[in-house]
Amino acid sequence: MNTLKIARYQLRDVMRSRWVLVYGLFFLLMTDALFRFGGSGERVLLSLMNVVLIAIPLVSVVLGTMYLYNSREFTELILSQPVRRRSLFFGLFIGLGLPSSTAFLLGTGLPFWAHGGAADAGWGPLLLLLGTGVGLTLVFTSLAFLVALATEDRIKGLGYSLGLWVFFTVVFNGLVLLAIYMFSDYPMERTVLALSFLNPVDLGRILLLLNFDISALMGFTGAVFKGFFGSGTGQAVTVGALLLWLAVPFSLGLRSFHRKNF
Amino acid sequence: MGMIRVHELSKRYGRLQVLDRLELEVERGRCTAVLGPNGAGKTTLVKSILGLVRPESGTITVDGEVVGSDPEYRRRIGYMPQIARYPENLTAREILQMIRDLRGDPPETDMSLGEALRLEGELDKPFRTLSGGNRQKVSAVLAFLFRPDILFLDEPTAGLDPVSSATLKDRILKEKAEGRTIVLTSHVMSEVEELADTVVYLLDGRIHFQDSVASLVGSSGEVNLERAIARRITARVVA
Repeated sequence: MNTLKIARYQLRDVMRSRWVLVYGLFFLLMTDALFRFGGSGERVLLSLMNVVLIAIPLVSVVLGTMYLYNSREFTELILSQPVRRRSLFFGLFIGLGLPSSTAFLLGTGLPFWAHGGAADAGWGPLLLLLGTGVGLTLVFTSLAFLVALATEDRIKGLGYSLGLWVFFTVVFNGLVLLAIYMFSDYPMERTVLALSFLNPVDLGRILLLLNFDISALMGFTGAVFKGFFGSGTGQAVTVGALLLWLAVPFSLGLRSFHRKNF
Repeated sequence: MGMIRVHELSKRYGRLQVLDRLELEVERGRCTAVLGPNGAGKTTLVKSILGLVRPESGTITVDGEVVGSDPEYRRRIGYMPQIARYPENLTAREILQMIRDLRGDPPETDMSLGEALRLEGELDKPFRTLSGGNRQKVSAVLAFLFRPDILFLDEPTAGLDPVSSATLKDRILKEKAEGRTIVLTSHVMSEVEELADTVVYLLDGRIHFQDSVASLVGSSGEVNLERAIARRITARVVA
């Protein structure tokens, strides 16, 4: 009960700070422009995929870290009331996760509705893209919470968050490629398969590409995935792994929130 | 029996031992002032009792209830933090409403302090536009809003204008007269002398001495509390 009350007031605070509006508008203008210039729903979905995989982790991790630092005073106020720390943590998470997910869903969904793109590309891929976007939003929000709780210094915390994003979007794939190149004499499929579970952005990419069924864009990991699991099982496994990427940082964050001094 | 009992309380931040096996008993229905040099652990002590700071070891009981994971004991506590900061985009009225919500809308709330402090005109402005003094007033109103049995006031008059400061002190005296338990920290000794019954002096994470204001001033032969405390501390150091 208290969780929802806290989330309601946090929501109001977040809505007034306007960034959530800007975030939603970004997706709205982007998707709309892709429709106007690119044409068919299917191609728009493909272009959006890359935006989702890069922009959502970046925005979620940075906003999440800032938000938790800015909620410090609010946290002190609430915790001096008869409220459990757990309720507050859930409330804080909903207070950010809900508006950023909604901004993404509306920003992307509305142009699809307006241009009739869903009928064109099929509901399945569109819903999958929206679902993956929300999933990545929540995963990177909980990672951001974890970073902000572990680091007292705001500037450092923000630096670590950005580092996390660079690692998962750029460095990680570079390392995987390097490993494949160095050990090219050995069969690497299973190793690469296992490695991709260590990166939520990779998991998102694989999930989307398995569905879009464009082998040319699938990359090494995607192809291995499809070969190993087949489309259906592959999707179930990736969704499961993404859920773990949400649950583990979230519960670690909750534990650290329990022990923290305010 | 004391309203608040602290037993063997220890807290360290990194290498700094802030509280060191501290023992304290706060009497029911009296006003206790926690004093000590900057960084002596006054705020850490208050925050430990409130559950905001997690101590390494020791037990705290508030009216017989052990401070732990159950937050219910805080229903009876009003807290005025040292620095009053709130969500920047909300208004004071929304904050007050939120805390009311979180406490399950108790029917009896008391806004008389807000009226006495002439806060009415500030209630609908976003927090980021309020001055430091006005934030402090909101914080005071919040602490007294639910007529709590126990009040924690961390530097309550810091940053208030003289009129508001006097208004707040009148209110504290009134609460004391009605039998509420008050724990206060302050650097203004005249204020402590005016409000408090007992002085607890913290030094190096422990209670250096605990005595009533009357006996401190009376036995020292000094003119006021500030000088009496100064004499007491230097006497200890010499001896």
